[in-house]
Amino acid sequence: MSEVPLTHILFLSTCLFFIGIYGLFTRRNMITMLMSIELMLNSVNINFVAFNKYLYPEKLDGIFFTIFVITIAAAEAAVAIAIIINLYRSHHSIDVEDATEMKY
Amino acid sequence: MSHPIYIALIPIIPLACFFVLGLFGRKYFTNSAGIIGTLGLLSSTLLSLVTAYEYFFVSGKINGVYQKIEVVKYTWLEFSKGISIDMGILIDPITVMMLVVVSFVSLMVHLFSLGYMKGETRFATYYAFLALFTFSMLGLVLSSNIFQIYLFWELVGVSSFLLIGFYFEKPSAVAASKKAFIVTRFADLGFLIGILILSFYSHTLDFGVLIERLTSTGSTFLITINAASFLGVSALTWGLLLVFIGGAGKSAMFPLHIWLPDAMEGPTPVSALIHAATMVVAGVFLVARLFPVFAISNPEALQVVMYTGAFSAFFAAVIACTQTDIKRVLAYSTMSQIGYMMFALGVSKYHGEEGLGYMGSMFHLFTHAFFKSLLFLGAGAVIHMVHSNEMKDMGGLRKLMPITHLCFLIACLAIAGIPPFSGFFSKEEILMASFESNKLVYAVALLTSGLTAFYMFRLYFSIFWSKEADTHQTHHGEGTWTMKIPLILLAILAVVAGFAPISSWITADGNPIKSSVPISFSVLPVSLAIAGILLATRLFKTSNELPQRIAIQLGSFYTAASRKFYIDEVYIFVTKKVLFNLIGRPAAWFDKNIVDGLMNLLAKLTASLSELIKGYQSGKVQDYALYFFGGIAGLIIAFIYLWK
Repeated sequence: MSEVPLTHILFLSTCLFFIGIYGLFTRRNMITMLMSIELMLNSVNINFVAFNKYLYPEKLDGIFFTIFVITIAAAEAAVAIAIIINLYRSHHSIDVEDATEMKY
Repeated sequence: MSHPIYIALIPIIPLACFFVLGLFGRKYFTNSAGIIGTLGLLSSTLLSLVTAYEYFFVSGKINGVYQKIEVVKYTWLEFSKGISIDMGILIDPITVMMLVVVSFVSLMVHLFSLGYMKGETRFATYYAFLALFTFSMLGLVLSSNIFQIYLFWELVGVSSFLLIGFYFEKPSAVAASKKAFIVTRFADLGFLIGILILSFYSHTLDFGVLIERLTSTGSTFLITINAASFLGVSALTWGLLLVFIGGAGKSAMFPLHIWLPDAMEGPTPVSALIHAATMVVAGVFLVARLFPVFAISNPEALQVVMYTGAFSAFFAAVIACTQTDIKRVLAYSTMSQIGYMMFALGVSKYHGEEGLGYMGSMFHLFTHAFFKSLLFLGAGAVIHMVHSNEMKDMGGLRKLMPITHLCFLIACLAIAGIPPFSGFFSKEEILMASFESNKLVYAVALLTSGLTAFYMFRLYFSIFWSKEADTHQTHHGEGTWTMKIPLILLAILAVVAGFAPISSWITADGNPIKSSVPISFSVLPVSLAIAGILLATRLFKTSNELPQRIAIQLGSFYTAASRKFYIDEVYIFVTKKVLFNLIGRPAAWFDKNIVDGLMNLLAKLTASLSELIKGYQSGKVQDYALYFFGGIAGLIIAFIYLWK
């Protein structure tokens, strides 16, 4: 079975990253924005794993980093959801356009 | 002195009274405030008398010379080594005399006010202010440091302001208190600059050291201060003259006298205390305190003191002859008598027998305090009875108020200089001193003493004789016993104070001198005084047309005198027309347009800049995220292409 070339994997991760960015900037719903951020994090994870496997197969640093990122992402999701719940309680909406009090 | 503590108590008791009455008086001591204040002051007076006894008869004299004793000295603010503001107590003959005078007159006024101010809504406040004033005045005379005296000087000014403006619902009282405060404050500016000059050159603020450094011949301080000059006048003369301006402001010397007649808007006992016996002599006291410097090192400045005093004495006496408000007559008379004290200092020299003027000045201060406060309190009793200050509302009161009448007569005789009343003795000393030193001043003084007798008896006859009393005004009697006792006590003092051997107690250099004025010398002033009295008797004893006709004969001179020689108008012209238009308005224009304009420009620039960039803080999370990514992208580009 022929191996998948590295470039394909990098292409996949880049696609995922920019889909994430696009979602982050275009969506007004905070949950969707959170999901977009998760997409971006996962694209980074893919990069870590791919480079680890293709460039330094004898080491495990990239994989460790990926596990760290997943852990942090879980914590971040918990915090973000807490913020969203609070926002909903105070504004009865989770649309970011509705929460612009902190401006000039 | 072995017991300094009780001397410190003399000013502290009135201060305590001030705090107690000022803080709790209106609530808890509405009726007893007067008793509390009077008792407090009674103890101060007794302590003053003890101090005087102790000083003059027991411990003040060393080798036949009265010493300056520094009882307490506490360094309060130290600027540099040697220059410090101390809070101290300095005891010397004039201090002791002033202690007795101030506390005694203040006690009499406290007592008199018990009846006079009865039923006032702000009775307790009145006593609190009186206590504050007494405290400041006692502190002033006890000061051992020239800056300490300045502090108390200002406190005296404030308490005088409060008391003149006591009836603050009367616009004229408010205006008078403001006028008094501003004029004296203006003069105090001179005083402050004078203090700075003197202390700058002598490197000290302490009276004893200052006087010693500026009087001992050959001292380096004296040489430098004489060498430094400004506009051709030496720094020492400037310093002393500026200090004298401060003194002239408080003592109502020409041309800074304009506040004193208006200050009569205050309650009459206050006028007796502040504007007759105590505060207005503070200027004389100040010159006397620095007298060695004046007399030994700088006779030029002393000349100025002399001419200012002599002119004020005569000028005020002329005005006093034309006034119709009895308190104003007394105010001008006060100014005239203080003029006497000032020129007596001016003609005096320092050593031995030549210091007669100094001694006479202090003697006159002493006797004047009693008979002038008696006159004011008597006037207060009269005003209390007829509810008017104008002479035309009075007349024939001698039957209705016999005690007041008698006391007032004694005071008039004393101020006119008729023997054996107290004013005679002190005035003779002054006349003698000026006769020996300056004939011109002597002539002015003589003329003034004749005028004094005339206007005092004009006042006396207008109040107590002139016409039959208007009986329906007599709804109450002469006043309570608390009003009569001070009158009687002061009258006794006005008679006997002249016999006090002041010449062996208070002299310029501390050595007792023997002063004897020959009887032949007294003939002229006394006969002039009697002539003045006779003239007043002829004109005013029974109401007639003669004074009117004389006034018309004198024409414009009489008008000018009765309008106080238009000094007030000159002040108004100078301040309103000249100062406001030439300095005030341009300064205001500069402030409004240039200074404010600069600030407004800065503010506008900042505002427009913020208008430009404030849109970036939109409050939208996604905008911020965009800037963030934009920033990252920019940094990446910079790292890759620019910063290799």
